[in-house]
Amino acid sequence: MIRKALLLAAACAVPTLAAAAGSNAFNPDIALVLSGTYADLQHDPNSYKIPGFPLTADASPGTRGFGLGESELAIYSNIDPDWYGMLTFSMAGDNTTSIENAFVQTTSLGNGLTVKAGRFFSGVGYLNEQHSHTWDFVDMPLPYQAFLGTQYKDDGLQVRWLAPTDMFMEFGGEWMNGSNFPAGGSGNNGRGAYAAYVHFGGDVGYSNSWGAGLSYLGTKSLDRTTCVDTNSNCTTANTDTFNGNTKLLIADLVWKWAPNGNDYDQNLRFQAEYLQNRNDGQFTPATSTSAVGTQPYAGTSNGWYVQAAYQFIHGWRIGLRHDQLHADNPGAAFAGTTLDPQGYTPSRNSVMVDYTNSEFSRIRVQYNRADTGLVTDNEWYVQYIMSLGAHPAHMF
Amino acid sequence: MKTFAKLFALVLLAGVLRPAAADVNVFACEPEWGALTQELAGNKADIYTATNPLQDPHHIQARPSLIAKLRRADLTVCTGAQLEIGWMPMLMLQAGNDKIQNGRPGDFQATLQVKMLEVPASVNRALGDIHPDGNPHIQTDPRNIGEVAKALTARLEVIDPANAGYYAARGADFTKRWDAAIARWEQEAKPLRGVRVVVHHDGWAYLFNWLGLQEAGALEPKPGVPPSAGHLAELKQELAGNPAKMVIYAAYQDSRSSDWLSQQTGIPAVKLAFTVGGTPGAGDLFGLYQDTIDRMLKALKK
Repeated sequence: MIRKALLLAAACAVPTLAAAAGSNAFNPDIALVLSGTYADLQHDPNSYKIPGFPLTADASPGTRGFGLGESELAIYSNIDPDWYGMLTFSMAGDNTTSIENAFVQTTSLGNGLTVKAGRFFSGVGYLNEQHSHTWDFVDMPLPYQAFLGTQYKDDGLQVRWLAPTDMFMEFGGEWMNGSNFPAGGSGNNGRGAYAAYVHFGGDVGYSNSWGAGLSYLGTKSLDRTTCVDTNSNCTTANTDTFNGNTKLLIADLVWKWAPNGNDYDQNLRFQAEYLQNRNDGQFTPATSTSAVGTQPYAGTSNGWYVQAAYQFIHGWRIGLRHDQLHADNPGAAFAGTTLDPQGYTPSRNSVMVDYTNSEFSRIRVQYNRADTGLVTDNEWYVQYIMSLGAHPAHMF
Repeated sequence: MKTFAKLFALVLLAGVLRPAAADVNVFACEPEWGALTQELAGNKADIYTATNPLQDPHHIQARPSLIAKLRRADLTVCTGAQLEIGWMPMLMLQAGNDKIQNGRPGDFQATLQVKMLEVPASVNRALGDIHPDGNPHIQTDPRNIGEVAKALTARLEVIDPANAGYYAARGADFTKRWDAAIARWEQEAKPLRGVRVVVHHDGWAYLFNWLGLQEAGALEPKPGVPPSAGHLAELKQELAGNPAKMVIYAAYQDSRSSDWLSQQTGIPAVKLAFTVGGTPGAGDLFGLYQDTIDRMLKALKK
């Protein structure tokens, strides 16, 4: 792999034994992802809302103009013969750092069993577990923004079991704290969320591979607060409160094509997910929207997206996505509140083109036409994603 | 939930009813290691080869089918030296298989058994896709296969001690036939000594070292960076002053850049198998080197 001409310092002609390990050989691998965006948003992202759906600030279309995206710093290594560990810091443009992942995972249980503990992305659905630098678009699809607070992560315990079959068949279960949207307030004595899922997958010939899954996420909310819009500086009068249970069902399908399994020059990835969200509890609308106070609320909403990204020549990809949401009708009691869909069916269409200079750098342009209600927003993004240092292998 | 329970039962049943497997389940990363394991383990191993000869082993997705295969492996036979770094670590994390984790007997890396070439003194991504442990494409020198065969035989004896005698006997037989074949190939390949050859990708260091070939340039401006028009034009100019005899590319690589250079300079473009199965003549390990030498000798006569 190494050009002799380029590496004069390399001991090219002289055969050597595998390099002797230096004193830093036990240092964990360090992977840094730098990303930044330029966003041209027709409407003010601080007043962004989707009628019928309580949202977190993360669902916002982003900040206008130049901004840092999420920069990620991941440190990971085998701990000993039985454990693997990973820590991922996420550094946002507003100078806040958060722990995105911090988990330990078994490597030696065998029999297809893996246990993970700490903070991790839940294994529900397909996109939920994917780190943002591997996404095909700048942003998450609408149902993930509305039902999972963009991406569900929590502190907890995960058990996965892989069946000893030729077809990939994995069963997973998670017990989590329940502190993040759609959960809130760490209900049930800090066991406020649990998940169960099954993932299948296989190949069709050398050129096609697929994955499919069914997932369930049950969460409890204790005084979960959200803002009537995605403004992060939210006043009390603009705050909705929910107490109760949320049950989310997800069906996902991924299909990837690459001629003879070589994705270097050409490849196509297609994915679609359907999410159904059931709420049952008490909703207290923000006083700026309604004076009804706390009311019983039960309803089912759903959403789906379908997207495809096609690499037609080495380095260049084009992607299309459609996503939409269907709110339930919460009844007259919630007229004018966040839960009132006001007759809208929020939907969005996106197109993106990106250029991958090497496995480590990518530049993307994306256009969203978002008909999420109230106004039609035209959103343009330019994004760079670059990775430095070690680079952990990507999930399927 | 009922269907879920049924499915679960079905899975358990499928596990129980699986036909009596061979003694050792082997997951070979590349075809040459699948072929070598076949030579050494005969009918005692059930071998799954994760990549086919026309796939680029640098760029494989961590597909669910591979995870499912790795889950049941007793032994992985891979190149190592970070060739599979884009996919194997993810498979190993997801397979829930303790036997094949790093440092266990079931983790066999061929590059740990041989002397590595082109180990860089320092690494920098600006130099392209380089491997800190050295050039991983060791299978282009049959003497490396011989070394790996000895180590792999020893490893099979550890993994499956009940059949240790069987592996030892097969290993000794293979070594005898292999050493004879190497002597024959070295004789046949004598005309290639000192011949200047252009490569598509720097995957041939070990072949060059074995046969005494000289690298006259690479189509890729930097390892893993696709050939560009500008770089090819430069290379053409260089070759005008100091000509090469042929340009070689691996069967899994796109032939267009090699064909272009061939048309521009009049030197033949030669497709080489690179691994077992890459060309019709490279049906097994013996065929791989015979076919490689035959093709280069034929090009030399042009």
